[in-house]
Amino acid sequence: MIDALIVLIKVICALIWLLTITLYLTWVERKESAVLQDRIGANRASILGIRVIGLFQPFADAIKMIFKEDFVPSFSKKFLHTIAPFLSFFFVSITIAAIPFGDSIRIGGRSINLQVLDINVGLLFIIAMMSLGIYGIIIAGWASNNRFTLLGGMRGAAQLISYEIALGLSLVGLIMIYPSLKMSSIVHFQGELILGFIPKWGFFLQPLGFIIFLFAALAETKRVPFDLPEGESEIIGFFTEYSGLKWGLFMMTDFMEIVIISTLLTTLFFGGWQVPWLTSQGFQWPWDGEWLLPHWAVIIIQVAAFNLKVFFFCWLQILFRWTYPRFRYDQLMDLGWKLLIPLSLVNIAGTAIVMSI
Amino acid sequence: MIKALGYFIEIIRGSIITTRHFVVNMFFHILKVIGIKTKRKGAVTIQYPEQKKKLASRHRSLHRIMKREDGKPRCVACMLCVTVCPSECIYVEAAEDPDPEIQKYPSTFIIDINRCCFCGFCVEACPEDAIRMDTGIIEIAQYDRNDLIYDLDKLLE
Repeated sequence: MIDALIVLIKVICALIWLLTITLYLTWVERKESAVLQDRIGANRASILGIRVIGLFQPFADAIKMIFKEDFVPSFSKKFLHTIAPFLSFFFVSITIAAIPFGDSIRIGGRSINLQVLDINVGLLFIIAMMSLGIYGIIIAGWASNNRFTLLGGMRGAAQLISYEIALGLSLVGLIMIYPSLKMSSIVHFQGELILGFIPKWGFFLQPLGFIIFLFAALAETKRVPFDLPEGESEIIGFFTEYSGLKWGLFMMTDFMEIVIISTLLTTLFFGGWQVPWLTSQGFQWPWDGEWLLPHWAVIIIQVAAFNLKVFFFCWLQILFRWTYPRFRYDQLMDLGWKLLIPLSLVNIAGTAIVMSI
Repeated sequence: MIKALGYFIEIIRGSIITTRHFVVNMFFHILKVIGIKTKRKGAVTIQYPEQKKKLASRHRSLHRIMKREDGKPRCVACMLCVTVCPSECIYVEAAEDPDPEIQKYPSTFIIDINRCCFCGFCVEACPEDAIRMDTGIIEIAQYDRNDLIYDLDKLLE
């Protein structure tokens, strides 16, 4: 009974964490783009005249979107048209289950993992669920029964499937090094040290794999350098026939994918909740010193470190989105098939050679 | 593949430029939040309804009609502005003035701002310097089109 309650609380907390960050990423995106273009950005949303640098903007956006007309075209396939945004939203939001937020807490003789679902195939689960998100795109493009949205959906499917190969292959090198596909043991493994002072993070073990994963993951989020599926104004995308909250769900899926990709980058390549030289007793400095900390302080530092890393990668992805122009379609395919996949194969071979030596 | 690798250098340079903009602007934003006044601002934005940019002295804004010393309009109803107006938005009806020096005055003088394109030809055409566009009023939007038809009383005010 208590176990079930704990799981329920964990599910709710993880979803709230994900949705809050997603909600505020919309604000961060507007503000960050403004700052790097020498503007101020959205700062006018106010409650009773109080406007805290526009922090209420996401609520204003949400209210606007809820009250918009939810228009379903008469020529569309009604059921599929309705279900498509929920499909893509569901498959992205479910991946948060396998992400470890921190080490296990000990409360009253009970040890609670700060992770909703610590399954043995955690990494495969996340990648599988992210690939299933394609169904939302294809169904949205097809069920709208509009030639242009169909083309957008097909472009999206082609892009996502191409980049999924590079995404998967870039992780093979990591999987060879890490002892397990279990997310918690992957993070625990990264707590060790190389040469006694460099943390054994995936980034230091697999720098090439990190770069390939970063680019493939950017393509998976279908945002601007790779936004061929959407193509807001120039090439019509897969959710042209959507309006109101369903359109909002597609946008939210995009932002959620940013968060998920950031958590994945953090967990796989930057040590998850690990802080360099922090063990469960406290800091063990490489220069023969230590700073003992109580259990709760260690947990708080770890969770804060995880959040900081995730925020950094969210920031980085938004920076990329506001820096680069869109790829042409052939350039996109060239990058995926001719550069990232061969590089990831080279990475796998190199990792195998180094490991066998 | 080699060619594509070349792009990566440019990609990294591009993101360095945007990161520099972000860091520099954030630095000045944070200084402003702390309360340190700097000459340089984090953003070039003018927060419009509260802050307003100073209009140039030759900016063409809403029209006005100049008055004589006795309070009557300077206009002598010569119809030059009506003739020159490319949008045909000025309507003037002349009436006889008892003063033989002036001879005519406008009994009605209507500018339809809906049609006006703010070219300023009427100002240049006027021999009496009766019409000017230097009020500095640029927020003239109305909910009703009829409110944008300016007659002599509104133009003289």
